[in-house]
Amino acid sequence: MAAKAHLLIRKGRVIDPASGRDEVADLLVEDGRLVRIGASLDAPGAEIVEAEGLWVIPGLVDACVHLSLPDSGRAGDVTSETRAAAAGGITHLAAQPDCGPVDSTAVVRLIREQAGQAGFARVLPVAALTQHLDGVQLAEMATLARAGCIAVGQAGAPVADALVLKRGLEYAATFDLPVMFRPQDAALAAGGCAHDGPVATRLGLPGIPAVAESVELARDLLLVEATGVRAHFQQISSRESLPLLRAAKARGLPVTADVSIHHLLLDESALEGFDSHCHVIPPLRGAADREALLAAVADGTIDAVCSQHQPSGSFSKTAPFPATRPGISGLDTLLPLVLKLVEDGALPLHRALEAVTAAPARCLGIQAGHLEPGRPASLCVLAAGESRTLSSHWLSAGRNSPWLHSRLPGAVKLTVCQGKVSWLSD
Amino acid sequence: MTLAPPPSSRVQLTDDGKLRHFLSVEHLSRSLLEDMLDTAASFVDVGGRAIKKVPLLRGKTVVNLFFESSTRTRSTFELAAKRLSADVLNLDISKSATSKGETLLDTLRNLEAMAADMFVVRHQDSGAPFFIANEVTPGVAVINAGDGRHAHPTQAMLDMYTIRHYKGGFDGLRVAIVGDVLHSRVARSQIHALNILGAEEVRLIGPRTLLPVAAESLGVTVFNDMAQGLRDVDVVIMLRLQKERMDSAFLPSEAEFFRLYGLNNEKLRHAKPDAIVMHPGPINRGVEIASEVADGPRSVILNQVTFGIAVRMAVMSMAISGQESSQNPEQGEDHGR
Amino acid sequence: MRWNEAEIDARLAAMAEQLADEYGEAPPALVGIQSGGAWVAEALNARLASPAPLGSLDVSFYRDDFDTRGLKRTVKPSDLPFEVDGAHLLLVDDVLMTGRTIRAAMNELFDYGRPASIRLAVLFDIGHRELPIRPDICGETLALPPHQRVELRGPAPLVAEVIEIPVKADE
Repeated sequence: MAAKAHLLIRKGRVIDPASGRDEVADLLVEDGRLVRIGASLDAPGAEIVEAEGLWVIPGLVDACVHLSLPDSGRAGDVTSETRAAAAGGITHLAAQPDCGPVDSTAVVRLIREQAGQAGFARVLPVAALTQHLDGVQLAEMATLARAGCIAVGQAGAPVADALVLKRGLEYAATFDLPVMFRPQDAALAAGGCAHDGPVATRLGLPGIPAVAESVELARDLLLVEATGVRAHFQQISSRESLPLLRAAKARGLPVTADVSIHHLLLDESALEGFDSHCHVIPPLRGAADREALLAAVADGTIDAVCSQHQPSGSFSKTAPFPATRPGISGLDTLLPLVLKLVEDGALPLHRALEAVTAAPARCLGIQAGHLEPGRPASLCVLAAGESRTLSSHWLSAGRNSPWLHSRLPGAVKLTVCQGKVSWLSD
Repeated sequence: MTLAPPPSSRVQLTDDGKLRHFLSVEHLSRSLLEDMLDTAASFVDVGGRAIKKVPLLRGKTVVNLFFESSTRTRSTFELAAKRLSADVLNLDISKSATSKGETLLDTLRNLEAMAADMFVVRHQDSGAPFFIANEVTPGVAVINAGDGRHAHPTQAMLDMYTIRHYKGGFDGLRVAIVGDVLHSRVARSQIHALNILGAEEVRLIGPRTLLPVAAESLGVTVFNDMAQGLRDVDVVIMLRLQKERMDSAFLPSEAEFFRLYGLNNEKLRHAKPDAIVMHPGPINRGVEIASEVADGPRSVILNQVTFGIAVRMAVMSMAISGQESSQNPEQGEDHGR
Repeated sequence: MRWNEAEIDARLAAMAEQLADEYGEAPPALVGIQSGGAWVAEALNARLASPAPLGSLDVSFYRDDFDTRGLKRTVKPSDLPFEVDGAHLLLVDDVLMTGRTIRAAMNELFDYGRPASIRLAVLFDIGHRELPIRPDICGETLALPPHQRVELRGPAPLVAEVIEIPVKADE
């Protein structure tokens, strides 16, 4: 792969939701930086990419990826998964703290080293809020931040004691570290593996009620308000959570939120026949929840859409539904599924792209997700109209996806991550 | 979405609509359930003869694969298989054995080397028999003997047999199912069976902690009060209440449950005078049912056990038959004499 | 070839006469095989001077072709409302083809008890015999080619006709 080459991408449809730009233009990258966007640019010696009929968009920012470190029990490794990210147009991804877990600088160094050597995507580690994610003792957040962590969080592990959580938030606020929450009350969700609705009732699957999410979200929001910490809420799944988020934002709290892409495409009916590929936490909820989540993404209540990538080996899904490991391998499908939502008319194009580029970058507090001249170039060139069957192009070591054999739109031709070509399709 | 997971019926039935696995009552047709009851009636007759055995499944191997031990259910299946002249292998695989690293799939592959023709499966996880049915070698039938909270279809069909035996049919019948519906696989299967067979109304009676959150979506009317719920019903089905429900705050005490929802003669007065009382067993006297009712004239609890073997014989022979016919596509309705 | 009600009636009358000759004063218990044999047994019984004990068998659970043909869609309960032990039985079927149904019926009868004797009455013997089983009483003997058989329709009126059957490779 050519390092820091001069690159002229010609005649593509340049879509940059951050600036509102949507026009056919040329785009010039010099020394890793995006220097100019304009008509008929000339750059002697630059490598030319003919992008006529293709789209040029900012590199995707994925706010929730569960990375595969040794002992994480997940399929693949940092190289295989970041390569899948690059092939999916993703240039930045936030690695959740449940691998390792990320409570020591050694783990942060390991992640950064492996990601750096692979060179496929910028991996942004999220540090653990508590040691071993046990919800008892605070992790060395300031040290971990200095080692390169961009935020702190629990990756879904509970902090049952409100006092511990309050102190954790105060401590994070001291160093202006954003906190990532995945709200789910552990006691209300205990033993559950499906949304507590009609499908779980019929299939006899132990349920996780929607209130497990909203009750914890309400508590977290009050603590965020009390401590003044910057907060990002991950994987919002139920419509009951949305008024709480709206109210918090209306009160001016420094709060953002994301949703997993699968919650925008599937609902509880996908569990029919005990399809373990649709076993996710938080669970797929009702059709009305899905509609409400889409509306919340459209109106900005939910800022970002993420993959919640959880790659696992085939054995993890070959068991009765409740015994299977939850999670979907999502890096290969994030962009195609976003395009599918646009194609289906579920989301307007610019907002949909913003939700996987500029918006998650804002949530994570990083400079990425836009096509701004002068900045390091992170972008993706794709054939938006070209649909293909994913199984033959699949790159993640985890093939646990309900879409493995689906035909979806969007073929990535070129990904540039911080000025370097990280993916070039043949 | 493009995603179309196969509904349970597609796994259970052959292309021409014959039963090949029996995993759930849901989505099966009324005529298939009626055939099952009719076939069971023939087997009841066999049980009354000098030699209680027919040669139908001679040379077949039935494996009772119980991940959750239940001597009672396993014995009924064992006796049913033996009366059909099959060879029976009983395997009690406790949870600890499978947690030693051998997955359910490994267990299954090992057993297939024994050339079993049928697995009778009981498992603590909802959906386990579906998983097994999707993984077994073609030609091997899977019978669900109870999975998690999901289904216990042979028990439900035995209950349907009992109801038809005493009530003649299902048209116009009002049936009340009382107690811990939330955790009951039997209740879920009974509700589907009663609705498919044309019962007038299925009622669930219990406190809200023991009813599933979307109970009405199953096609039932929900009552929280026994007197209202039992009014004019033809059949009362009492569910077993597990002792551990008290520990996990579903209920304050057995005594309060019995006072509110336990069936005694006084509460039974609200039902029709000829109403029958059923219980999938084993019963907890003084918890969900008073002895005066359990041993009383309207209780059909003991007969339920007698019919159980015949119903399981019917299910086993139909499923093996369905498997044979899908292995022999030439088979027709013509029975050469 | 068809047989109308009167023609069937004549054959039944002849069979009733043979029955009287065979058994004299002590008529046997009639056991009709479901479903055609049960119709014939009933019609035969109506022609006897004094009605005999009447039962019916469904041999579905005893067939030797379960492996290839599976279970019949609806199985009726067998009904033998008399003691089988020590009884003289007349097994009644509508059409004798291979003899396999009769073998299955005899196996089933022996699971009820040990009869003193079993004889066989059929309305038609069409000559497709595969086992050493012959009727003692027969309405009409035919020699049909392998691709034909007789089908009886009933229960009332009883009529019959020759129908074509596809011959399968393995038979």
